[in-house]
Amino acid sequence: MNQISRRKLITTGLAAAAGASGIALGAKVAQRYGLIPPDAAGFYGPGETLTYAAQRILNRHAMAREFSRGQISKDPFANEIYPPLGDDFRRLQSAGFADWRLVVDGMAARPTSFSLAEVKSFPTSSHITMIGCEEGWTYIAEWTGAPLSYILERVGALPQVRYVVYRSIQPDWWESIDMADALHPQTLIAHGMNGGDLPVPFGGPMRLRLPRQLGYKSVKFITRLTLTDSLRPFGKGLGSSAPEGGYAWYAGI
Amino acid sequence: MVRVTHWLTTIAFLALLISGGEIVLSHPRFYWGETGNVNMHPWLNLHLPSSRHSVPTGYGYVLPDQNGWSRYLHFQAAWLAVATALFYGIFGLVSGHFRRNLLPAKSDLSFKRIGVSVVRHWRFEPPAADETWSYNVLQRMTYVLVVFAIFPLMIWTGLAMSFGFTAAFPLAVRLLGGQQTARSLHFLATILLVLFLVVHIVMIVVAGFRKRMRAMITGRADPVATATSAVGPSEARPPHPASEGATL
Repeated sequence: MNQISRRKLITTGLAAAAGASGIALGAKVAQRYGLIPPDAAGFYGPGETLTYAAQRILNRHAMAREFSRGQISKDPFANEIYPPLGDDFRRLQSAGFADWRLVVDGMAARPTSFSLAEVKSFPTSSHITMIGCEEGWTYIAEWTGAPLSYILERVGALPQVRYVVYRSIQPDWWESIDMADALHPQTLIAHGMNGGDLPVPFGGPMRLRLPRQLGYKSVKFITRLTLTDSLRPFGKGLGSSAPEGGYAWYAGI
Repeated sequence: MVRVTHWLTTIAFLALLISGGEIVLSHPRFYWGETGNVNMHPWLNLHLPSSRHSVPTGYGYVLPDQNGWSRYLHFQAAWLAVATALFYGIFGLVSGHFRRNLLPAKSDLSFKRIGVSVVRHWRFEPPAADETWSYNVLQRMTYVLVVFAIFPLMIWTGLAMSFGFTAAFPLAVRLLGGQQTARSLHFLATILLVLFLVVHIVMIVVAGFRKRMRAMITGRADPVATATSAVGPSEARPPHPASEGATL
């Protein structure tokens, strides 16, 4: 072994040791500040953690881009509804969704359930934003609804709540978001679109609207919100049905 | 160091290419502006089968959905590419690799010199002895374009499609002209990089595949090496341009 290769070996070893301890330290800090997504285990964990942590550092309070009324898509694409809506939904639909309920439970001082009319009576917020599918297509619409932060305040969300889990009437469709998104002013329980009621193909009577993430996080036909400090007890503990189907929990990219 | 970053970039690029191609299959149509979907007219329809029922392709079948792992892999490989690029960028500036080995010499930037180089490439002539140690003018111009223009454009257009990123930096997408324009440019830049890859590999074959691969892996190169000639003491030779800093 000559001089140069020994020096190289030592330098490489030191660099590797520094890198490894740097990563360990970084992981600790990330854990402390809630920068590790629930699907961080496994081969793609490093990439997912980097994306989620980087975006949370950069955009915690940033607003999704808003557009002018003239930019609203004339022919928005609703996407196919899968799995198909069942009899439960049809029955509620034929009654004009008068019996639709939004259950709010979990870590709340006043867990409750709201009717569609009650949710519509809450203060509303509107924004003209883009919805984008992970497949690559997009459209722009005006969305109207109750800010999720208002509902959380109304039910008395406990201070230790870290995630909001939300479910669709479609079986096996559930998602969750962290508090940066749950308390974000653009995150709505949307019941209106382009000035009218939210049409069924677009998620009516109500869907979650989360313009800083991809469309699959804006779950349609919302029936239940659960406030929690941990995602472990839900499903396989990966945060939502998306990672169980092979998709990322965090969809800000 | 340049060689290490080259091969890391190769791994990242291939992972990005495969996963990116797969993601395109879920919507093999491209649009300009902010919005685009199956209700709108694309400027480019690849006429490929799709992995989604909702895309009218004209094919009677739908491919299996592979977007889950493709997206996971795409972004993980993108982090590897960006980290490698940052490292390479800083190293290239500090070590003088860019100045010495990538930027074409002023004297080489004449129509005559470039013309000579074009003709030599056109005839698929193997590289001259001095080109073993130094990139020729066409090589330098191409590498500069890929490293300083197409690669950054790839990252920029990629980030411009991210809703989380454009919330923090709306100009990133506004300057490009919209979300779908960013997607289209991302695709067009991919085509350029694939063209580069093809030419890159053809040139390696012309210059002697085994010789060039050995140079790019070990950092040693021999201008007159044939299969039988003895390889002399490598310390006597100037380093291959890509082996800059191999000894740190």
